[in-house]
Parts: sequence; C-alpha cells; structure tokens
Amino acid sequence: MGIRFILMVNKQGQTRLAQYYEWLTLEERRALEGEIVRKCLARNEQQCSFVEHRNYKIVYRRYASLFFLVGVDNDENELAILEFIHLLVETMDRHFGNVCELDIMFHLEKAHFMLEEMVMNGSIVETSKANILSPIQLMDKAS
Amino acid sequence: MGSQGGFYQSKEFLDLVKSIGEARSKAEEDRIVLSEIETLKRRISEPDTPKRKMKEYIIRLVYVEMLGHDASFGYIHAVKMTHDDTLLVKRTGYLAVTLFLNEDHDLIILIVNTIQKDLKSDNYLVVCVALNAVCKLINEETIPAVLPQIVELLAHPKEAVRKKAIMALYRFYQKSPSSVSHLVSNFRKRLCDNDPGVMGATLCPLFDLITNDVNSYKDLVISFVSILKQVAERRLPKAYDYHQMPAPFIQIKLLKILALLGSGDKQASENMYTVVGDIFRKCDSSSNIGNAVLYECICCVSSIYPNPKLLESAADAISRFLKSDSHNLKYMGIDALGRLIKISPEIAEQHQLAVIDCLEDPDDTLKRKTFELLYKMTKSTNVEVIVDRMIDYMISINDNHYKTEIASRCVELAEQFAPSNQWFIQTMNKVFEHAGDLVNIKVAHNLMRLIAEGFGEDDNTADSQLRSSAVESYLYILGEPKLPSVFLQVICWVLGEYGTADGKYSASYITGKLCDVAEAYSNDETVKAYAVTALMKIYAFEIAAGRMVDMLPECHSLMEEFLASHSTDLQQRAYELQAVIGLDAHAVESIMPSDASCEDIEVDKALSFLNGYIQESIEKGAQPYIPESERSGMLNISNFRNQDHHEASSHGLRFEAYELPKQTVQARIPPASLASTELVPVPEPVYPRESYQTTTVPSVSSDAASTELKLRLDGVQKKWGRQTHFPSTSTSNSTSQKTVNGITQVDGSNTANSRTRETYDSRKQVEISPEKQKLAASLFGGPSKTEKKSATGHKSSKPSSHMVKSHAPKSSMEVASEKTSPVQQPPDLLDFGEPTVKSTAPSLDPFKDLEGLLEPTTQVSSAVNHSSTAAVTKSPDIMGLYTETPAGAHHKDSDILSGLSNSPMTNMVGGTTTMQVAQSSKSPNLKDSLEKDALVRQMGVTPSSQNPNLFKDLLG
Repeated sequence: MGIRFILMVNKQGQTRLAQYYEWLTLEERRALEGEIVRKCLARNEQQCSFVEHRNYKIVYRRYASLFFLVGVDNDENELAILEFIHLLVETMDRHFGNVCELDIMFHLEKAHFMLEEMVMNGSIVETSKANILSPIQLMDKAS
Repeated sequence: MGSQGGFYQSKEFLDLVKSIGEARSKAEEDRIVLSEIETLKRRISEPDTPKRKMKEYIIRLVYVEMLGHDASFGYIHAVKMTHDDTLLVKRTGYLAVTLFLNEDHDLIILIVNTIQKDLKSDNYLVVCVALNAVCKLINEETIPAVLPQIVELLAHPKEAVRKKAIMALYRFYQKSPSSVSHLVSNFRKRLCDNDPGVMGATLCPLFDLITNDVNSYKDLVISFVSILKQVAERRLPKAYDYHQMPAPFIQIKLLKILALLGSGDKQASENMYTVVGDIFRKCDSSSNIGNAVLYECICCVSSIYPNPKLLESAADAISRFLKSDSHNLKYMGIDALGRLIKISPEIAEQHQLAVIDCLEDPDDTLKRKTFELLYKMTKSTNVEVIVDRMIDYMISINDNHYKTEIASRCVELAEQFAPSNQWFIQTMNKVFEHAGDLVNIKVAHNLMRLIAEGFGEDDNTADSQLRSSAVESYLYILGEPKLPSVFLQVICWVLGEYGTADGKYSASYITGKLCDVAEAYSNDETVKAYAVTALMKIYAFEIAAGRMVDMLPECHSLMEEFLASHSTDLQQRAYELQAVIGLDAHAVESIMPSDASCEDIEVDKALSFLNGYIQESIEKGAQPYIPESERSGMLNISNFRNQDHHEASSHGLRFEAYELPKQTVQARIPPASLASTELVPVPEPVYPRESYQTTTVPSVSSDAASTELKLRLDGVQKKWGRQTHFPSTSTSNSTSQKTVNGITQVDGSNTANSRTRETYDSRKQVEISPEKQKLAASLFGGPSKTEKKSATGHKSSKPSSHMVKSHAPKSSMEVASEKTSPVQQPPDLLDFGEPTVKSTAPSLDPFKDLEGLLEPTTQVSSAVNHSSTAAVTKSPDIMGLYTETPAGAHHKDSDILSGLSNSPMTNMVGGTTTMQVAQSSKSPNLKDSLEKDALVRQMGVTPSSQNPNLFKDLLG
C-alpha cells in the first residue's frame, strides 16, 4: 500500500486538500486529521519531519503557511516520501507558477488531478513532471 | 497565476473560497460551511443548471466534505456528472465520486456502466480518467464487469493508459488475488515495456507479488539488476531526474525488490553487489533524495547475503547520517543502524555517543526510534540499563498505543535476558504497575509460571529466594492505592501459593492482606476469585501443617458475602473454601499439597478406575456405553440415565458448566469419554498440573480437586476434544536460563566501562559528561558476544506465543537461509551451495531475460533462455529507447509503438524484430522532431527548462 493519505493543512489547522487511499468514514477522517495536525503543528523546525502515529508514520513538510502531510506504512522510506512531497510542490509550481495556498483552494480539482497522476493505489506511479501535467494541460485546452 | 485554462469561476465560488480561507476559527468555518450546505441543497437540484455551474457545485460539495460535513445529498449529482461529454466536467465528476463514495456504496452500481463505456472511449484521456475511477470504486464483485477491458488496455498504444491499466490490475490483485491470478504474468510482461513510466508502475505490483512468493521471481533478479544499472547510468529520459538524481523513486523501488529477492540467497545476491556498490558511490549525499537512495541501499545490503565491501559502504553511510545535524538524517541513521547490527553487531560501538544523544533528544520521534534500536541490540550485559530506560520512558508517556508496545518489549527483554531473579521480579512489577491493563494476560500467566518453576537448575534455595522476594515485593506494592487487575491476580496467586512458605509471614497476616484486596477491589470479580482461592490455599497449608485455623473476622464476613454472591463462580469458590476448612489434615494435604503447582498430574485418560463401577452397573442390567460415532440416530436413554446416576454421586445440579466458558470445571468425566480413543485421540498420558488442571486426579474427591484447580482457569478452554492450550512444559527443560548471568554481567560491564571510555577518549577530544559515558559503556560495552543463543534456548523451552518470537534474535541471515534453502528452484538444486560453478546463467546477456518476458507464455524459464541465445546476442538495449523518448512523447505518431506493444504474440524472433523496428524509430527525422517540438511548446511544457526560482515565496 505505501501511502495511506495525503493532506494539505494550513498553519491554522484548516484542511486544504485531503486524499485518502483507504476508506475512512467522515468521522474517522475528522478525528484523524485533528489528531495528526495537532501533533505535527506542535513540532519545531529542528525536529524530525516524521511522526509516528498509531501503527503508521506521518511524513510532513512545511511550505510557507501550508503543511503537506503524508501518512505512510511503517516500511516506507521516509526521506523518499519527504522528497515526494517536494516533487508534488515543484509540479504544482510548474503548473500554477509560484503556487500558494490560494491556488490550491481555487483549483482544488487540479491539485487532485495532479495527485491522481502521481499516486495510484497508494503507490507512487509517476514522477516525471511532464507526464503528470500533460493530461491536465490537454484537458484545459479542450475545454 | 499561470496556466489555468481561463476557466470560468463564478463570483459566488470565489467568495466562498475566500471566506473559508479567511475563517479565523473552526466555529466560523463550520458556520460558513453550514450555510453553504443550505445554499447547495436548494440550488443543486434546480433543473437545467448549466454544466459548468454544476461542476462548480460539485467542487463546493467536495469542500463541504473536506471540511468535515456530510454532503451525501449531492452524491447523486456527482454520479450524474460522470456521464458528461466534456472531459473536464467528467473528470471532476469522477473525482468527486472517488472522494465521496467507498467501493461498497449503493450508488457505485450506477457508475459501473459509465466506467465500462468510458474504458472503450477513443479518447485516451477519457480512458485514463475511467481507469483512475476503477482503482477506487470497483469492488470484488464488480471486478468481472471491467476485467476484460482492463486486460485489453494493457496493450494500449498510449503509455499513460498502459500504466493506469497496470495499476487497475494491481488494485484487483490487492482486492481479490484469486480474481486475477491467471493474469499476473502481465506484470512480468509490462516490466519490459518500452516506456519507463509503465515499467516504474509495474514495480509496484511486482513488489507485492515478490513479497508474497519470492521464489517464483528469482529469475527476474538479472532483469531488475540490469534495469537498476541503466537507471543509475542515466539511461532514462531526463524528465525522470529529480534534483540531479536519475529516477530516484524507481531506484528505491528496485532496491526494495532486490532486498526481497536477495534475502538469504547467496547466488541472487552476488548478482546485485556490483550495481548496489555503484549506487553507493554515485549517490550524492548532500541532497535529501541522494540520502533517501543511500538509505534504501543500506536496507538492501542488510537484507541480502552479506558482502564485506558493501557492509563497509553501508557503515560509512550510516556514520555520515548519524554525524549530520539534521534530525531527519539522524533518524534514518538510527533506523539503518538497527538493520545493520543484525549482520555486524560491532558497528554499534562506534556510534554509541550519537545513539545516546538521540536517546536523550527532546524529539519524541527520534527517541522512539532509538528505543527501537536499543531493543534490537539488547543482550544480557546491557539489559538492565535498557529496560530501566524503557520503563522510565513508558511511565512518562500517555499514548496508550505506544505504551502497550513498549511494555510488551520490556517484558520480552526481561524474560529473555534477566540477569537475576530479583531484577526480573522488580521489572515485571514496574511494568504491571504502570501499564498493567495494557499488557497481555499471557504475560501475567508467564510470570506466575516463572515464579512457580523458578529460574535455577534444581536449585531450590534460589527458587525459594525468588518466591520470598516476590512475596515481599508484592506485600509492599499492595500498599499502593490503585493497581491494575492483571497485576492483582498475579499478586493473589503468588501470595496464596508462597505467602506463608518461608515462614516469615503468618497466615493471619497474609489472609488479612488478601481480604483487604478482595474488599478494596470489590467490583472486580476475577480479582475476588483469585483472592478467595488464595485464602483457601493458605488455610489448607495451615491445616496440613497441623496448625489451628483461625479465620479472621473480616474473612468471615467476606465469605458470607461470597456465599450469597450473584457470581456462581465466586459462590462455588466460597463453598469450596468452607468445605476444605472442615476436612482433616490428611485429606487437605492430598487435595492441596503445598508448593505443587508445577507437579505433573497423571491423568488416566482411559478412566480405568471406573472399570469396577461400570462392571457393577452392567451386571445390574445397565446398558453399555456406545460411543457417539457408533450410535445410530436413536438416543440411548439409558446412557443418559447412567450419566445422571454417575453425577449424582458428586452433587446435585450442574450449573457451572453453563457459566463462563473458561470455568469448565470437570469434576466428573462424563461417561462419553469412556470411549476415549475417538474423542480424545492425543495419546499423551502426562499433563503438567499447571496446564491441565481440570482433569481430576482419580484418587482425590472431585469436589476438593476442582477447587484447587479452578485457580488456573486460563489453561482450560475446552471441555472436549484435544487440549490444545499450553503445550506441556516439562520441568526439566525450563532450566536453561542461568542465574550465573547475573555474575558475569557485573564483571563484564565493569571491565567494559573502563575500556570503552579509554578508546573513546583517544578518538575524540570532545568533552563528554561522565554520566553519558557511563551510559554508553553500560549500553555498548561489555563482551559483544551475544548471549542470545542461550536465552533463545530458554525461551523456546517455554510454550505458547513466545515460540514465534524466540527466533527473532537470531541473525536475519540465519533465519532467511533456513527459510529459503529448502525451496530452491529445481534447476539450482544440484549446485546449491557452490554457486561459482554455475556461471553460465549469469554470464548470458541479461537482456535475454527481459526479452523472454515479452513472450506471451507465462513461464520465462531457463529453458527459454537457453534455446534463445542466438536470437539475443545482438539484441539492442531496451532501455536505450527510453533515452530517445522525449518528454510528452505520447503525442508523436504512435503507430510504431502500438505495433510494438500489440505484438505480444511474437515469439523470440518477433521480439528481436520489434526491437529493430523500435530502433529505426530512433533515426533522426527532422520533420518528426519539429512537429514534436511545436506540440510540446504548444502544451506549455518545456521539458529541458530548469526551474530557476521555484518557491520563491514559499521557501522564503
């Protein structure tokens, strides 16, 4: 499975994007997001970007006001996930140009589409930015 | 804002997003969302909503759910939107549906049809969108509805489609392996897809398949190695580079796979050494991603058959990690160290101070990781320090999940390496006191058994010392206000068995304490039951010793209460206590012999002692017993009467058998077991008393025996059939843990103290606090010889769950080789153990295997390899194609490619021809490349351009 969920949360703890790769009910999502956001936001810059939570790990990274949190299984390479987050940001950056929280908010579906290209079944399937973005650009052109 | 297609967004939507963005509190956000829900409920079902407006509504619904509110009223509109013809609208519909619904939702059935239709679309983007939905929405029952189409799409000319089809198939494999078991060969085929993206995606399912069945994929080792080699040599398109690393995510996946394949397999591992060594050299250790790949290399090296050079590189990388200032790298270093010490335990010593720094770091994540490492490197010389630290940490945290884990680790380590009995008891006391309700009840039972059996080898004084110290510590601990139930059970049991054994405490003192427990925890029936039985034991021992029994007044009142208890279990125990007290010394002694909890009980399974009685009954005209299996439909009434009659001899009604199932007190063996051969086929006459208490000792009156027996209810689960619980522990093999450990430990760590300090001081001139040094010495110092072996012996003599665990401390290599050696593939069987002889297979062109995979047949066996050498010798480099495929290449005329992937029917010769065709496509065609270039520019992608100022504002 690898990746269990990807969250984007701002520094006030408000969810900006949530994608789960295993089904959780609305209540479970709410509780989980509350718990891990509290855990991660309380940490300082020097501490590890990894947090153990229940039986999985959370790898997180902060960009300006936005936190990217990825829940992964225990045997996942944390550093690689950390860089995967950066790759995601770079990709969004290429698409939006200096991406910021509002870009994601106004184009929520686009951010999701990018994730759909990058991750399937909780596995990283595509890491070439061109391959990730081309279907989205073609779609924009068509409409 | 860059390219966003200038898509129309209404002011309403912009306002909504803005107000959500500006919300200062959760309550304010909730208010906005609630009013939004009202608006949407009204608007969404209005007829003739333009579809762009509808798309916006759906995204607003996504917001509603994302912010934690129910949007189920709009699900159906999302479902409807998947029918739309506009791709963007359709995709938004699918996205919303995958976010809203799980695969078992009722509405899914409405989508399956749409998915089927979209999978057939001419527009490959529509197919891709549908495949995304397949991965999330198709459940086990609907797999057959789309499976044929998915299989067809595996050969689609567009690589994006092939990639997603592979992932859809992988999803089906995850959901229901049996539904696609005939299709797994497709994953092998797609591994040599000429698109690196498809190949990379295929690694995901292959990783799972190999995890589940390593041996069926050993033939792919050479293919994986050659792919990894080419990736590392930058033969993939530049688009896959990330921070100057060539396709790092693919490298990591491949290293993970190699780690699986090389585990315990010398021959397979030897193929990997070169490429892993190369990657070690090439990795840029100044970037995060370089370190991620390095870490994966270390994991791989510590999993495959050890190679000294690679181990050295791994150790170097680890020390770089640990010396780094970055906490992330330290964390990875600690984790990697934990993997590597399984193979070379000596490397821990050089990093002792780094490890201790991590242990004392305020960062909880790092601390936990370090505890994990300590757990892995515990031996008898450092167990005291480590377990003490763990317990301190356990007490300090609130997270129950982790508390449970660390408690069970403490117990495990204490059981394995305890240097002395006193220490063991004290450690267990601490664990129980602070995490009692979190530990497994089995731990308590183990502790009781350990106290009963003792550590020493036939050393009775040591055993009784152990018990005395246990009793003493428990009497002390009982002063604590609130103790966990499990711990109290242990205390009661030990006090009952050994409270008066050494004569230090009087019976009235112990019974007084027991009564206090029963009163203080009056709502805990189990504790009360343990207490009553303990009381009975104390009194029985007193009677047997010829002393007068003088029941304390509080005990009397307690008994009165229990005699009228609602719990039949308690009631019975109380009655039994009463009965025992009334008996004479001789009878009591045979019912309740003191310190006999470890004695074996001879069980006469044939119940021969009843023979006379049966004979008598038959002579009186009773029907002989017919075993159940031989009975014909009719019930044999007389048999029942016989049974009744038999029971009447003990006492009246049988209530207890229908009470709590664990309470099956079988004072009477019903006549059915006379035919014991059918029902109890285990021909094992001797049971340890501990584990099989319920079978009545023939000579003892059933009533009394059952009271004694009831104490260890845990062992008894079934009334009939095999006694599967508690494999018999014979006292002889439980003695291997030596008390000598305590002495060697002290010596060892003392000498080590001075030694390691010296070596350290000479190496570094940094000032280190003496406490830290001491800690380091006690953790890492001492003879590094692992005493795990002897401890393992001790453990394996213990039954139950620990059997599994007991293998863990063995070096992974050992375990792995044990595991794999008997399952070698047939052709390798002959030269197993002398891998150098068989050099033919590895020396063949590695691509032969890759091509073999192109074949439609699933068996890529060595037979194919051998027969096809001629066809392969001049085969071009498959990966070479990648380098020529520019980013965004799926726009170029794909006829050639489709011809390629549509020809899985070709045999080996076909395989080579396709390669040639593909190669011809490499020839520079001016017109083609111009067109390509124009198209790429049109799309706004400039594959070669750098990202000069990424995140100017983000990274600040």
